Amino acid sequence: MAIAGLAAVPQQSHRPHGWRRWLFATNHKDIGSLYLWFAFCMFLVGGVLALCIRAELFRPGLQFFQPELFNQLTTLHGLIMVFGAIMPAFTGLANWMLPLMIGAPDMAFARMNNWSFWLLPPAMALLLLSFVVPGGAAAAGWTLYAPLSVQLGMGMDLTIFAIHILGVSSIMGAINIVVTIINLRAPGMGMMKMPMFAWASLITAYLIIAVMPVLAGAVTMVLTDRHFGTHFFNAAGGGDPILYQHVFWFFGHPEVYIMALPAFGIVSQVIPTFARKPLFGYTSMVYATSSIGVLSFMVWAHHMFVTGMPATAQLFFMYATMLIAVPTGVKVFNWIATMWEGSMSFETPMLFAIGFILLFTIGGLSGVTLSVAAVDVQLHGSYYVVAHFHYVLVAGALFSLFSAVYYWFPKMTGRMYVERLGQLHFWWSLLWFNVTFFPMHFLGLAGMPRRIPDYALQFTQFNQIASVGAFMFGLGQLIFLVNILYSLRHGKTAAQQPWEGGNTLEWRLPTPAPYHSFSEAPQLDVAENGVVVAMQGGKHG
Amino acid sequence: MALLDEHGQAHYFVPAPSHWPVLGAVALFCLGLGAAFAVNGMLLGWWVLALGGLILLRMLFGWFGDVIGESVGGRYHGQEALSFRWGMGWFIFSEVMLFGAFFAALFWVRQVALPTLGSLDYKLLYPDFSASWPLQTAPAAGPAYQAMEAWGLPALNTLILLSSAVSLTWAHWGLLLGRRAQLKLGLLITIVLGLGFLCLQAIEYHHAWTAQQLTLSAGGYGMTFYMLTGLHGLHVLLGSAILLVVWLRVLRGHFDQQHHFAFEAAAWYWHFVDVVWLLLFVFVYCL
Ligand SMILES: [Cu+2]
Repeated sequence: MAIAGLAAVPQQSHRPHGWRRWLFATNHKDIGSLYLWFAFCMFLVGGVLALCIRAELFRPGLQFFQPELFNQLTTLHGLIMVFGAIMPAFTGLANWMLPLMIGAPDMAFARMNNWSFWLLPPAMALLLLSFVVPGGAAAAGWTLYAPLSVQLGMGMDLTIFAIHILGVSSIMGAINIVVTIINLRAPGMGMMKMPMFAWASLITAYLIIAVMPVLAGAVTMVLTDRHFGTHFFNAAGGGDPILYQHVFWFFGHPEVYIMALPAFGIVSQVIPTFARKPLFGYTSMVYATSSIGVLSFMVWAHHMFVTGMPATAQLFFMYATMLIAVPTGVKVFNWIATMWEGSMSFETPMLFAIGFILLFTIGGLSGVTLSVAAVDVQLHGSYYVVAHFHYVLVAGALFSLFSAVYYWFPKMTGRMYVERLGQLHFWWSLLWFNVTFFPMHFLGLAGMPRRIPDYALQFTQFNQIASVGAFMFGLGQLIFLVNILYSLRHGKTAAQQPWEGGNTLEWRLPTPAPYHSFSEAPQLDVAENGVVVAMQGGKHG
Repeated sequence: MALLDEHGQAHYFVPAPSHWPVLGAVALFCLGLGAAFAVNGMLLGWWVLALGGLILLRMLFGWFGDVIGESVGGRYHGQEALSFRWGMGWFIFSEVMLFGAFFAALFWVRQVALPTLGSLDYKLLYPDFSASWPLQTAPAAGPAYQAMEAWGLPALNTLILLSSAVSLTWAHWGLLLGRRAQLKLGLLITIVLGLGFLCLQAIEYHHAWTAQQLTLSAGGYGMTFYMLTGLHGLHVLLGSAILLVVWLRVLRGHFDQQHHFAFEAAAWYWHFVDVVWLLLFVFVYCL
């Protein structure tokens, strides 16, 4: 029996109601929704911190914040955006969509899934609480470099324990994703057939399991240096502050891919749908993703070119970093080739996906620039670096998240978002994103250091442009919020297959997706990238 | 609720809503908050820490109680068992990476920081420092201390852990062949050996701290020694606790030749802890 014939199904009887549904959730869709809403709230909190930073930097001199508080703002902005907004948003999407896309009954460990989510609010509470303890929040930058992190007040301890909790949360979430993909695919959904989003989530989860414990180790050493007399990062005791940077960036660089690979996965689903063509070079896409998963462990010291490494090490990390441009280039090429001669339409998800390709590539290219050790010596710690990673994280990760939410919103809620508002959101974000971050390239090249509340007069104009852009960009995100809130109640009823070109498994389910998608696994005949050719069985409800 | 189709066939088990995860989140919040207060010398912190620990224990008992109940109630089949095995494997991988961070610190301190600090560049800062390993003092000379001796208690502890791996495997054979007495005895021996290891380690620590002046602040040697062996000791403690639970379940008649994931998981964990010790013995004590 093909599910495709069913218009609507009665809602599930096992569904708990009220607050228990969310607090005690074991349903992957409920937990996914919790993740997504939490991530959006944290996106707003982190965004407000960013606007505080941009307000202070609107003019040279100190206006609103003392340097100490300014450093706390930059630190918490980074930590909240990375661990509170982007990572949970991707985990939430994986929770929501993976079981639908690979034909699984739910996530492999449904109860642990709930714990993964509910550890996030306490961790973020500890982080935010640190603003009000004596000495204020951590002010060492999101990288928490020693010896600065060893010297700060108790806000740093709260940050350390928050990171421990975040680590537990994301490792459990990642184990859940890996096991679900390995063990719970429906018959016929082979590994080399499954959607790129599943592949990207798999490699991302593997990276999380591999590097979050290393970060936990690094901050634990900071903790023992602070309170238990060790000298890991103090030369006078036989340690070395550079050691911290090595351990941190062994985590930190793969972390970059933890925030980028899921974005690649999303774009690899959206582009084929709106180009109405199969993904070009699926197999090469899988290999590119996997090789990024391997290479990302071998490039960490490109963040440390100014620490006095031997020339051999500099050369190794420089070339290894450049090597990553190859699989990334393969991906960009494949996306463009997918669109080539496609029958394209430009709904909001597609716009964000194309915006992603364009701007992420700019961020990638400035990354290649930074990978050149000789150039990096000039640009290290400058606004050029800030411009670079905001191109890959905001126009990269965030744009892909918007693309994904618009793309799957009909399947999640049964209603369409308002297309005109979506288009406005995209063009608004695209414009003001570039107004905010493009001038930062120039600021960096001209020598403006990052993480300072005050700057030399000649940097004023570009900073003012960036600050205006940031406030307008922030305002634009309210368009998104309004669109979502309005559409949840009043949006047009969505068809089962709202996108003509959507042919992965989730579009074979009724809209909105039933509470239990596949209580019985369907028998599938699948082509590359999860394109369903034929389907039998697969009860839901 | 195990979902059954019209043929009464069991599907992948998706548990009913549960309040344990949220309780666990509250526990970790208390632990984090309490620890941050406690390390800053606030008495209140210890109380919050203790509260968090109690809540966590309650949660673990309740949660694992549910899981064991479901297992004994026949809710798990082949696919669930495979999920558990994959999950445990990936968890151990994450533990490997955690130890990796501390091993990296050890190798860095010995191979990079030590020669640098002993080099001519640093003679002005630390004129009396000589770069030998194990260090006899920290560069900014603290009290001199003695390094650990590999062929005393540590060698005995190596023997103990290796024997415990043998007794555990013997117990595993007992389980697979249906010899319950062998299973019970093998597990008991393993647990006793694990606890014996911990006792000897405590004696070793006490002696090092008092008689050898080897403290956490005793330079690159002291800190890597205590952090690595301490982290390992915590894992032995956890492994012993897991084995104890498995043993108690065996006494109650749980597990048969086919269904014994908990036993396997405990065994994998124990062997992992064992291998880490061998690395520690080589790199911390011998070399
Ligand atoms: Cu990097």
